[in-house]
Amino acid sequence: MANGAAAVAEKTFYEEGTSSRKGILGWLLSTDHKRIGLLYLGAVGSFFIVGVILGILMRLELIAPGKTIMEPQTYNAVFTLHGVIMIFLFIIPGIPAVFGNFFLPLQLGAKDVAFPRLNLLSWYIYIIGAILVLISLVLPGGPLDTGWTFYIPYSVRTGANVSLAIFAAFVLGFSSILTGLNFITTVHRMRAPGMGFFKMPLFVWATYATAWIQVIATPIIGITILLVILERVFGVGIFDPALGGDPILYQHLFWIYSHPAVYIMILPAMGVVSEIIPTFARRTIFGYKAIAISSLAIAFVGYLVWAHHMFVSGLSDTSAMIFSLLTFIVALPSGVKIFNWVATMYKGSIDPKPPFIWVMVFIFLFSIGGLTGLVLGSLATDVHLHDTYFVVAHFHYVMFGGTGTIFFAALFYWYPKMFGKMYSIKWANIAAALFFVAFNALYFPKFIMGYMGMPRRYYDYLPEFADLQLISTIGSWLMGITMIIIFWNLIHALLKGPKSKENPWGGVTLEWHTSSPPPLENFHVIPTVTHEPYDFSQLKEMKNYESD
Amino acid sequence: MEYEKQTEHKHHHVGYGTLILIWVALIALTSITVTIAGISLGSYTLFVALFIAAIKSSLVINIFMHIKFDEPIFKVFLIVSGFTLIVIFILTFSDFIYRG
Repeated sequence: MANGAAAVAEKTFYEEGTSSRKGILGWLLSTDHKRIGLLYLGAVGSFFIVGVILGILMRLELIAPGKTIMEPQTYNAVFTLHGVIMIFLFIIPGIPAVFGNFFLPLQLGAKDVAFPRLNLLSWYIYIIGAILVLISLVLPGGPLDTGWTFYIPYSVRTGANVSLAIFAAFVLGFSSILTGLNFITTVHRMRAPGMGFFKMPLFVWATYATAWIQVIATPIIGITILLVILERVFGVGIFDPALGGDPILYQHLFWIYSHPAVYIMILPAMGVVSEIIPTFARRTIFGYKAIAISSLAIAFVGYLVWAHHMFVSGLSDTSAMIFSLLTFIVALPSGVKIFNWVATMYKGSIDPKPPFIWVMVFIFLFSIGGLTGLVLGSLATDVHLHDTYFVVAHFHYVMFGGTGTIFFAALFYWYPKMFGKMYSIKWANIAAALFFVAFNALYFPKFIMGYMGMPRRYYDYLPEFADLQLISTIGSWLMGITMIIIFWNLIHALLKGPKSKENPWGGVTLEWHTSSPPPLENFHVIPTVTHEPYDFSQLKEMKNYESD
Repeated sequence: MEYEKQTEHKHHHVGYGTLILIWVALIALTSITVTIAGISLGSYTLFVALFIAAIKSSLVINIFMHIKFDEPIFKVFLIVSGFTLIVIFILTFSDFIYRG
C-alpha cells in the first residue's frame, strides 16, 4: 500500500510520550492517540469484568426457582447495572474508543487524530460519567432499578437514584460525540498522500460511518435524559397523558438514539472483520466498495428503524408496518457484508490463526443474532415474542456474539502491534473453542424459553423452565472460565511473553508498515499510498514481514 | 494557511449591522411563536411553530455560525443532518397522526 518503509530502531510510544512527565502522569496527561486508546482499553476492560461478574451473579440467582442468592429488589438493580455497564461503558465505547483511537490514525497514515487534546478530554468525560454511575449506587434511594432502557412512567415514579444514574449516561454521551467529531475530522483532513476515500481500509470506513451516528444520534438521548430528570424534579408532564403529555413519545426519543446506538456497537466490529478476513485468507477483500458503502447504508437505514422496539407499545398500525418494512431493508446491507466476507475466503489461502478463528465464531453467532432479529421485526411474531427471553437471546447473540466476539478478535489481531509481544496461540484457540460452547450453552436456551413464554427481567419462573435455566447458568460458569483464560493469556503475554515479529500476520494496511509498537508519531516518514488497501502483492516489498 | 486566510477574509463580510439585524429578526420570530401559541390553530399549531423554528435555526446556522461563508463540505454535512432530522419527524408523525 505504501512505500513499505518500516520505522525501525526508533523509540516506541511507550518510551517517548507527548508529556514531559514520566510514569502514571505521563499517561494521564498524554495526548498521544495510542496511549489514549490504551487508557480506554484499561477502563473498558475493567468495566467489562464487572459486567461479567454481575451477569454470572444473575445467572446464579436463576439456577433454581425461587430465591437463591439475592432479594428481588437486588436482582432488579443487578440486571439494570449489568445492562448499563455493558451498554454504556463497554460496548458503545469498546471498539471505536479503544481500537478506533489506536488504529484510525495509523491506518490513515496520520501522526495523530485531528484534535488530540479533545481526545484526552473525551477519555476524562468517560471516566467522570463512569464515576457518576458508581456514586449513584451508594447514595440514598439505592441503585437504579429500571432496566437499561429507563422507560417511563416507572423511571419517573421509582424512588431509586434514577436522576444521577441517567445523568451519568448524559455525560458519557459527550465523550461519544467528541470522539465521533474527532474521527470525522481526522478522516476528512488527515489522510496520507495518495489515500483517496476508496483507498481507505474498511475499518476506517466503518469507524467513519459510526462517528456520524455518534454525532447525530447521541444528542437525542441527551435531551431525552434531561426531559426525564425534568419530569422527576418538576413534574412538567411531557410524558404524562393526564397533563397533555405522551408516554410513547419517551420510547420514540429513547429508541431514536438507542437503535442507531446498536449500529455504533456493531459497525466498527464489522470493520474489524473486514480487516482480519483478507489478512488471513491472503486475498483482497471481495466487493470493497460494496462493503464500504454498506457501512454508510447501515448507518443511514439503521437510523430509521427504531420503532420496531415499540410494536406492542400502542404504536399506530400504519407506523408499525412502515417500521417493519424498514427493518427488513436494513438486513440487506448487513447481508452484503456477510456474503462478501464469505466470498473473500473462497479460494483463499487460509491461515487459521486466533483472530481468524474468532471471526469465524462471530460469523456463526452474528448470523443467528441477525436472522432472529428478523423474527422480531415481523409484526405477527413480535407480538408473541416481545419482552421474552427470545429478545434477550437475540440481543446477546448480536451484541456479545457480534461486537463482544470481535472485541476479542481485534485484541488478538492487533495485540502484537499494540504491545510488541505475542500471546499463546494455543490458549487463544482453546479460549475461542470454549467461548463458542459457553456462549451457546448460555444463550441458546433463552431462545427456547422465550418461545415458550418466559418473560425477560423476571426474578422467578415456572418449574418447566428449570432445566433450560440450569443449562444457561452452567453456560455462564463456562463463560467465566473462558474470560479468565483470555485475560490470563493476554496479561501473561504482556509480562512474560516473547517479543512479537514486526508483522506477524502479514497485514498490508498502513499500521503494519511501521514498527511494533509504533513510535510516538506513528511513522518515521509519512507514507505515500500507492496500492489498494488489501493488495497483498506489496508483502514482497515490505521489509518487516518474514513469512513462516 | 490558505484556508485560514480565506475564512479570515470572509469573516469580515458579516458586519455589526447584519448581526444586529439577525438578532432583531430572531427576537421578532420568537414573539410571533409566543403570540401564535395563544391562538387556536388546531392541528396546524405544531407545524407553524416548527416552521418558525426552522427559519430561526437557518438564520443562526448561516450567519452566526458562518456556514454561509464556509466550505461546501460543511453545507453537505448540515444538509445530511437536517434531512435525517426531517425523516425522523415524518416517521414519528406516522405514529402520532394515525394512532387509534
